[in-house]
Amino acid sequence: MGGYAAFVWPAFGIAALVMVTLLMTSLRGLRSNQAALDALEQDIAPRRRRPRQKGSNHDA
Amino acid sequence: MNVMHRFANPTRFLRLARVIQPWSMAVALVAIVAGLVWGLVYAPVDYQQGDTVRIMFVHVPAAWMALFIYGIMAVASAVGLIWRHAVADLAAKASAPIGAAFTVICLVTGSLWGQPMWGTWWVWDARLTSMLILLFLYIGYMALWQAFDDPQKAARAAAILALVGTINLPIIKFSVDWWNTLHQPASVLTLAGPKIHASLLWPLLFMAIGFKAYFISVLMIRMRSELAARRIRGLRLAYAAADTGR
Repeated sequence: MGGYAAFVWPAFGIAALVMVTLLMTSLRGLRSNQAALDALEQDIAPRRRRPRQKGSNHDA
Repeated sequence: MNVMHRFANPTRFLRLARVIQPWSMAVALVAIVAGLVWGLVYAPVDYQQGDTVRIMFVHVPAAWMALFIYGIMAVASAVGLIWRHAVADLAAKASAPIGAAFTVICLVTGSLWGQPMWGTWWVWDARLTSMLILLFLYIGYMALWQAFDDPQKAARAAAILALVGTINLPIIKFSVDWWNTLHQPASVLTLAGPKIHASLLWPLLFMAIGFKAYFISVLMIRMRSELAARRIRGLRLAYAAADTGR
């Protein structure tokens, strides 16, 4: 590369590193949030099905 | 306007994001690979700059994306402020790290190009300084989102910063015309049309398309993540309130 390889390859390498890292961290964040949301929705579903107690204030 | 209000609905937006994402990823991969092969293997060297001209194929598209994404962030912030669309606020929030990443790529690759060509890694000329200010604006925007517990207050404060910072966009674009800069004047987006040869212009455009498709892909991923986080917050608040009320 006419003596310029030490500048050209790091330029492409750093661009690739930044873009791949951003993509990976974004995907990891999505998976983590999605898993937490799924777990929360599963936890909430049994609470919705729980019957009301007799004689509670809700019956007034 | 109706389209904008339609996709303010998170469920509708998520459906759209799931459709768009695989296509934008495919376009990004094909365009970037094509641009890299063309730019690194087939594009000729510059008679003055030699092989360092190949840095243009990452530096210039990254610079374009840094400005474009800030513009998107500002528009989304305005929509969020005016119409109180949470999806718009989250679009701006999700865009910021991507814009910051491209700004870093632009500054670093610019230094790697500048050292062999100009004999210096950095100068405080108008173009480089205004791009550095753009990076600080991105970082400040992201910091504002983290500074507030209430997401609505955070969105409002960050939106105001994003809108105030838009003055930097024309400064960056016209810096090489308004001041004497070491950075070269515009050679692609000029009123008289592109000044660079087609053999360099085409791989540059492929890389630009690839970077844009990459931005759309990562934006969809980050927005899906932000919408999930928002739903988690909402559910936790609702059930904490229900538990307190029993």
